[in-house]
Amino acid sequence: MSYVTRRKIVSRVMEILCGVAVILALLPLAAILFYVLSQGASSLNLAFFTQMPKPVGETGGGMANAIVGTLILIGLAALFAVPVGMLCGIHLSEYSNSPFSSVVRFAADVLNGVPSIVVGIFAYGLVVLPVRRFSALAGGVALGLLMIPIVVRTTEELLRLVPGGLREGALALGATRRRAVFSVIVPAALPGILTGILVAIARVAGETAPLLFTSFNNHFFTTNIMQPMSSLTVQVYTYAISPYEDWHRQAWAGAFLLVLIILSLSIAARLAVRRLERMNRP
Amino acid sequence: MRRSSDDRWFRIGTGVFPALVLAIAAGIAYELTTDSMLSIRKFGLSFWTGKTWDPVSGVFGGYPFIWGTLYSSILALILSTPIALGIAIFISELSPRMLRTPLTYLTELLAAIPSIVYGLWGIFVLTPLIRKLEVLTPDWLKKVPLFSGPPVGVGMGTAAVILSIMVVPFTSSVAREILKNVPVAQREAAYALGATRWEAIKVAIGYGKTGMIGAIMLGLGRALGETMAVTMVIGNAPIVSLSLFKPQYTMAAVIANEFTEAADELYLHALIEIGLLLFIITIVVNVLSRLLIWTATRRFARVIVMPAAVEEPEEAVA
Amino acid sequence: MRKLVFAAILLAFVACKPSETTTGTTETSSTAATATAAPVRLQGAGSTFDTPLFSKVFDAYQKQGGAEVNYQSIGSGGGVQQLIKGVVDFGASDFPLNDEQTKAAEAAGGPVVHVPITMGAVSIGYNLPVDGLKLDGPALADIYLGKITKWNDRKIAALNPGVKLPDTAVAVVHRAEGSGTTFIFTSYLAAISPEWKSKVGAAGSVQWPVGIGAKGSEGVSGQVLNTPGGIGYFEMAYANQNHIKSALLKNADGQFVAPSVQGAADAGAGAAANMPADLKAVFVNAAGPTSYPIAGFSWIIVFQHQKDATKGQAIVNMLKYVVHDGQQFAQALDYAPLPKPVQDLDDKAIASITVGGQP
Repeated sequence: MSYVTRRKIVSRVMEILCGVAVILALLPLAAILFYVLSQGASSLNLAFFTQMPKPVGETGGGMANAIVGTLILIGLAALFAVPVGMLCGIHLSEYSNSPFSSVVRFAADVLNGVPSIVVGIFAYGLVVLPVRRFSALAGGVALGLLMIPIVVRTTEELLRLVPGGLREGALALGATRRRAVFSVIVPAALPGILTGILVAIARVAGETAPLLFTSFNNHFFTTNIMQPMSSLTVQVYTYAISPYEDWHRQAWAGAFLLVLIILSLSIAARLAVRRLERMNRP
Repeated sequence: MRRSSDDRWFRIGTGVFPALVLAIAAGIAYELTTDSMLSIRKFGLSFWTGKTWDPVSGVFGGYPFIWGTLYSSILALILSTPIALGIAIFISELSPRMLRTPLTYLTELLAAIPSIVYGLWGIFVLTPLIRKLEVLTPDWLKKVPLFSGPPVGVGMGTAAVILSIMVVPFTSSVAREILKNVPVAQREAAYALGATRWEAIKVAIGYGKTGMIGAIMLGLGRALGETMAVTMVIGNAPIVSLSLFKPQYTMAAVIANEFTEAADELYLHALIEIGLLLFIITIVVNVLSRLLIWTATRRFARVIVMPAAVEEPEEAVA
Repeated sequence: MRKLVFAAILLAFVACKPSETTTGTTETSSTAATATAAPVRLQGAGSTFDTPLFSKVFDAYQKQGGAEVNYQSIGSGGGVQQLIKGVVDFGASDFPLNDEQTKAAEAAGGPVVHVPITMGAVSIGYNLPVDGLKLDGPALADIYLGKITKWNDRKIAALNPGVKLPDTAVAVVHRAEGSGTTFIFTSYLAAISPEWKSKVGAAGSVQWPVGIGAKGSEGVSGQVLNTPGGIGYFEMAYANQNHIKSALLKNADGQFVAPSVQGAADAGAGAAANMPADLKAVFVNAAGPTSYPIAGFSWIIVFQHQKDATKGQAIVNMLKYVVHDGQQFAQALDYAPLPKPVQDLDDKAIASITVGGQP
């Protein structure tokens, strides 16, 4: 066999292997989605959404408190992370060359890479210990801390993308920097920033580890943020490692709901991104 | 002048928030250190070589967890890197244009699935599967340390498989960006010299070598911090072993399991010290990875950075 | 100059945060005190041993107008820890506080009261296509020491003549976290195996020679259920509720006994008659032909001196309910109801709980 033919064969084989790689990666995806769908969708009924968990060993009951809990936790996290993240991003984009900004950017990157369980430890020390109580607030803080780096990054990048002409126009008209930023530049970048926030929320909605010792868990329904609160993720975990068949069923249902929520957020973000791309194309 | 003072207040006012972010990052480092002081003072450096984890007699050694974390992450990298690179190459070089977006989207879907769902699937689907494989291993193979141990399904091997699935989208996403940014001239030069498709691809990868390593390190950072999916399938036993079958333990998993019930200060501090080490390791790996990726992409024209495309790889969902 | 301003604003921000959280706490306790219509909330955590019982008892308690008791099943060790930290109102544990923990508790909030609230048997659950597996103490110890690795080992075969044991590997499962169930189990192993006693010892959390760690009795039973060849220890209720087979154990009198409410009650009868003053009694490997060898008390642990009158009252009411009315649920859920002498002692202990000097 000639040298050239051998190289051609090698090339073909490698190309096929790459295709195989794609299939190998998509197989587990399909498997997971299949199981979540088949096991979970069948267990989703009205009771799941409206009832509290039943005592151990009894069948039935639902995850109403966990669903509400997750929504409250995400809300708290966003409340904390969005203002801080956005204003931080605004500052970084306005004064991007100062050494302070470089240090902060580095800090945000560091924060981004911190494993979520370590953030949980921090939130425990910060919010749980001083008041000696597990609370949804602590969980919200932990999740918010995880969201901040994403919001900062997105805000900064998108503000930088706003055409310079817009800023110069505003300044030429005599606006102060503050005015220019808040009235002109931020609104221009807002759709993208909101997209980034959606992405950040999608990320923290699926978090479990930091909640294990901040918002803990609660069998009862509560909306009091100074109480421990149930959440979809922690509840799914508790049910998954238990021996009860009924709880396993509910765990799949909870997983299904989680995946649904996160997928919807991701799809919404993606659609917004595409519209943004179209807008920014000259 | 009113205008410049207004500007100054703007700078200060908005500057509070970056300062807050800085304070938080520093605060985490600070709190982790002070809250592990008891353990640091008592065990010093021997904490990292000590194999005994005995809450009752107050002897704590972090070695099994470091081993478990590193071993599982490296195994995950071995499994995931070829696949991730394969995907990146396929999507950017080989696939028909039409398939590109759906394939990209599908790989990113892997990253969006929360780790608890991975864990759930791991317990009920993957573990029984691996258990069947383990039971089938012939006796002669069992003599190899890699395959020794009870064929129970949960263990290092299962954890490595799940981790590798979770890591793939991160590595492949960055690898794809790197490949996209390789100048066309490089590839055309290769073809001009008579290269086959694969050889041209090798040239492109070689050109983006730094970035590729950065992509792999990003995957490593992701694997190191993963908690839930691992603790649900790894068996949670502080053992140091090369065996894929034996149950072992990682740093993140032990914190998750034992934090709420560390019954005394020393225990809690020992756990937080593990958290401190995890913190340091993941930071070092992530910073290195970013440095490498940044070096590799610096020379190229700035692509419009879409939050979904580049932000997601850098998340460490756990 | 700018740096000073930054620092000042930062300090102001940080200073604001703690007060925000304290107003939160005072607000909830005052609403609890003023609004008798609003349910009082109690926070408890601890033993997974008790969870099936508590789950039902607290649900019933709330339905009949009592407080909302949120009980988190995180293991006895966790319950004790959270109690000492003051994060929960009561802890539930199957091991009595040891000296170190007692000291820590006293430093944190004063002396604690142990209130035994039930007795239960620890099942040795297994996952094999074999019914009525017989085991004895030494065999169990060898399994957990890693000496017996296959189910058809001759030591097990010797105890089960005529039974075809499969060639499956033994998958040992134990608790990953501190657990009262572990305490009862290891106390038993230490009592019948000197090797276990010296190598591993008896405690809530030990250095297991082999095995998979699972979280909570739920996790252990879940793991055994999912793993053919699995063996694990958990409260009897978990075995029965999930149809996990329990091994028959050889008790001190030489009889093979299955875990049962009666077995636990018989085992505890002797202890109940002679309870020590602090109510910390352990009764593994009890004498008696029908006694089940691995059984024990489970306690609710609270601080003797409560700081909040409403909460203190709520705790006392809850304890009274659990010790008396709540016992009606015990049998059905596979727990042994408290014998009368223990209940009386419990009442005395409950009466000793004070707020500002008054019960």
